[in-house]
Amino acid sequence: MCGIVGLYLKNDKFEKNLGELFEPMLISMTDRGPDSAGFAIYGDEVGEGWVKLTLRHPDEAFSWEKLSDKLSASLGCEIKWMQNANVAVLKINTDESSARSALDELYPDVLILSAGSSIEILKEVGLPENIASKFNLSGMKGSHIIGHTRMATESAVTMEGSHPFSTGSDLCLVHNGSLSNHNRLRDKLKREGITFETENDSEVAAGYLTWRLNQGDTLKEALENALKDLDGFFTFTIGTKDGFAVMRDPIACKPAVLAETDDYVAMASEYQALVTLPGIENAKVWEPEPATFYIWERK
Amino acid sequence: MMTVDLAAQSVRDLNKALHECKDNLTEKEWVVTNPKGNHNIAVGLDADISVDIHGHAGYFCAGMNKTANITVHGNAGQGVAENMMSGVVRIKGDASQAAGATAHGGLLVIEGNAGARCGISMKGVDIVVKGSIGHMSCFMGQSGSLVVCGDAGEALGDSLYEVHIYVKGTVKSLGADCIEKEMRSEHVAELKGLLEKAGVDENPLDFKRYGSARQLYTFKVDNASAY
Repeated sequence: MCGIVGLYLKNDKFEKNLGELFEPMLISMTDRGPDSAGFAIYGDEVGEGWVKLTLRHPDEAFSWEKLSDKLSASLGCEIKWMQNANVAVLKINTDESSARSALDELYPDVLILSAGSSIEILKEVGLPENIASKFNLSGMKGSHIIGHTRMATESAVTMEGSHPFSTGSDLCLVHNGSLSNHNRLRDKLKREGITFETENDSEVAAGYLTWRLNQGDTLKEALENALKDLDGFFTFTIGTKDGFAVMRDPIACKPAVLAETDDYVAMASEYQALVTLPGIENAKVWEPEPATFYIWERK
Repeated sequence: MMTVDLAAQSVRDLNKALHECKDNLTEKEWVVTNPKGNHNIAVGLDADISVDIHGHAGYFCAGMNKTANITVHGNAGQGVAENMMSGVVRIKGDASQAAGATAHGGLLVIEGNAGARCGISMKGVDIVVKGSIGHMSCFMGQSGSLVVCGDAGEALGDSLYEVHIYVKGTVKSLGADCIEKEMRSEHVAELKGLLEKAGVDENPLDFKRYGSARQLYTFKVDNASAY
């Protein structure tokens, strides 16, 4: 069991309240996932020629200032950074692959949680309420956010095994369910050059989407291919730069509910995660169909 | 009339009060406010009472119901009226998966759509859905009737026993051993009665009937000694 929640704003009315609206949604799914929790928030976009990375170091006392200075000197470009607990968001005036290579060389023990122009992924082991307060979720602003509460089944309870998983620039995945063919698929993807941090089945789904997107699939095509190649149970929510997508497996093994008003689209494993949203009493509420792809994007 | 506000009281408090009606019926009309998707609302009732739930209910609402008349003025989550024995459960909105699963008796009316596995392994309940139903509905249905005014999803009535299925719209596909059957006068009469009981204004002659071809292993007398 796991819990998934997502909130996508259709206009800017609630952008400053995004974290505040989302926090109770995430916490309400504690029953479905008390082991670890995480979220991917989109907003505060960097401009052309810049990349935004979310980095994590296990030591809270780690000096991000030093890292930033060293990285800036190595890349010869400007870096803006902001620390949040043991995670830092860096805005770097270069491209993603240069930033990744420099980091790999200088700081191999620093983990890149996300990369893109808008996405920030934050996740940890522990109760959702503790993770929300650790990262001050309620104070966050943005256009959309997806989150996950995990009850581990297929692999260990670790930060690396918690969701969301980054699947490419500004893309991430959260998963409720379990995949049965993840071992063989992981081997195949490794041969295709995809790297994995864990034995987690959901990371394989994320790696699969990364691979399909690298092959030139659109998000919709990648998900259609996922329906053919992934065996098991899943409800996926995928964060994109401009919105989010929801897809359930063909037998609809795992729950999902959607709600829409003039101001937002919300997704959750259970309706009770949506009850604190403004205007939910009069929202259109429905269950997404199996093997059907739903996407909301601002553009 | 007694109102229980689930913003102020727990589902356990509500269900305890409703269960006490069996031996000490002091209040026949109950109203539940702020259900907010909570699970297990009005489960295990066994008294001639009415319960009106104003808002959306979570999983297993009205499960195991006996005698009571329960209305959800909103949507219901998975397993609504599962294993119901008697009484009436009415959902004004949509129901999620496994509505009326294994239910033995009574009437379940869903005024919106029902999700997958509606009436799975039903054992005598009558289910009337004004909208459409999802895939694998009525799987291994044993007895009772399933009426669908909209469409049915894939594999309707797979491995069916003796449930009478009536569908007005299209059936995406029939499950193993489920076939379309002739609509004889007794079926028209049965369907007319079910529609009237459910308060649904439809013409029974617009429906098709589906049932078991009785060709699977369990129906073969040669296999009887295996049980």
